[in-house]
Amino acid sequence: MTDFDINKLREEFPLFVNEKNGSVLDFAYLDNAATSQRPKCVIDAEMEFYEKHNANPLRGSYPLSVEATDVYENARKSVKNFINANSSAEIIFTRNTSESINLVAYSYGLENVGKNDEVLVSIMEHHSNLLPWQMVTKKTGATLKFIECEHDGSIDMEKLKALITEKTRIVAITHVSNVLGAVNPVKEIAKLAHEKGAVIVVDGAQSTPHMKIDVKDLDVDFFALSGHKMFGPMGIGVLYGKEAILDKMQPFLRGGEMIDSVSRYDAVYAELPHKFEAGTVNAAGAAGLDAAIKYMQRIGYEYMQERELMLTKRALDGLKKIPHITVYGSDDAKRHTGILTFKVDDVHPHDVSEVLIADKIAVRAGHHCAQPLLQYLGVNSTTRASLMFYNTEEEIDKFLESMATVRERMGYGK
Amino acid sequence: MENRSFYNEILTEHNIHPEFKFDLEDADIVLEGVNPSCGDDVWLKLKMDGDVIADGAFVGDGCAISQASADIMLGMVIGKKKEEAIKLADTFVKMIKGEASDEEIESLEEASALQDISHMPARVKCAVLGWRTLKEALEK
Repeated sequence: MTDFDINKLREEFPLFVNEKNGSVLDFAYLDNAATSQRPKCVIDAEMEFYEKHNANPLRGSYPLSVEATDVYENARKSVKNFINANSSAEIIFTRNTSESINLVAYSYGLENVGKNDEVLVSIMEHHSNLLPWQMVTKKTGATLKFIECEHDGSIDMEKLKALITEKTRIVAITHVSNVLGAVNPVKEIAKLAHEKGAVIVVDGAQSTPHMKIDVKDLDVDFFALSGHKMFGPMGIGVLYGKEAILDKMQPFLRGGEMIDSVSRYDAVYAELPHKFEAGTVNAAGAAGLDAAIKYMQRIGYEYMQERELMLTKRALDGLKKIPHITVYGSDDAKRHTGILTFKVDDVHPHDVSEVLIADKIAVRAGHHCAQPLLQYLGVNSTTRASLMFYNTEEEIDKFLESMATVRERMGYGK
Repeated sequence: MENRSFYNEILTEHNIHPEFKFDLEDADIVLEGVNPSCGDDVWLKLKMDGDVIADGAFVGDGCAISQASADIMLGMVIGKKKEEAIKLADTFVKMIKGEASDEEIESLEEASALQDISHMPARVKCAVLGWRTLKEALEK
């Protein structure tokens, strides 16, 4: 593991050193599960595409367009290696995780789910891995089933076994909960799904920034991720799908650059992955994502995980010491993936975040796009602090100091 | 600790010990106001005597700003004529939008304690929830 000077690392993030946003220690960004910050190399890569290689990729035969195509296709290769896919044909660029999952829902779900079938989701899903399946089951007349989670955010595999049956066509599950930070045993769930002939769709938006993804080892059928959550640009996401399955699927969107030939009334679609990339693509975004992957490889998951665990533990231990605070999910910092969702007795989450904002700490208050999970936890909304390796001990201490004053500042005893 | 002045004592007092947060059983007008994105929820209950708001209360759930604002509002409008209450609601919204004159802010008496929210765009909807529900209820 390479060791880094954290202050030097933070200097690579323009937002942390931009005078307009204050100095590094002036403002604690603890909303990383919503979107990460981006290092300069990512922003530069996106800009460089427009400054040096801009042409419409995959179209022109002049050198500039070939260059643009290279940048775009190299990014695809980079993603393929990053998640250990078999081939670049399995990597489809989308806008984000939501679009990736919608692609699967429309192009696979609607075609392969019938009236007497079942789709299984977990109670922990972000709305982006729930609403598409509500749509599929409503349109097809199939049944949407839920696997509940235990108090610590874990899934009881015996309960899950009972829920996956011959009727199950799709199991859609998040790799890491964006509320509890719990990591789901995707590999084991994939095995259970496959035993019953179902496919598994994994929402990897929250896992990819924090842990090595190996789609071959996990043996998942679909895996969706967002660039902006893993230091990359907004507006670029990925759908990984097994080639044999993608090959049989119909396009999601139809239009430019996804065809072999078109006649008046018919069209022959292009090969994978272009079949699923209608219209001009986000090549600059792909270049930025490529740079983000290279950035993560330079830092290494080992270093990131060690720091994240240290910071999470510091925050979790500190919160536990403050009276009237409940942290949701596991007692063990290791099972939080940097995400701490909590409540303060009597104080509404929006008031908690307002107090933190006054102390220059950015957290998220609300339902975190996971309303069914919050209902299950018995709350309307919560406050969430989410950490990244680039956060500092000073920021965590500032957060804890502020948290200790919340009740008093809201007019309650300590 | 700069927001001690924002969550001032008037606001926190009305939030923690509301005077009008209870179920008014013989209400003539009952209307729910909701902020769907944050879950603030106020059920406004009014008892009318002709054109005059004879009594009022609310039940609900939400942040300190939404709940305190509704409580302060009821303290001000009970005993007032419908038109006067609507005028107060309009002035309050104006204040929260940062468009009210000093004189208008003064006319809002205790509710003027919420004027700093005009600098907090994300909390405007919390502050006006009770007031816009009142206006809707009275104009029905």
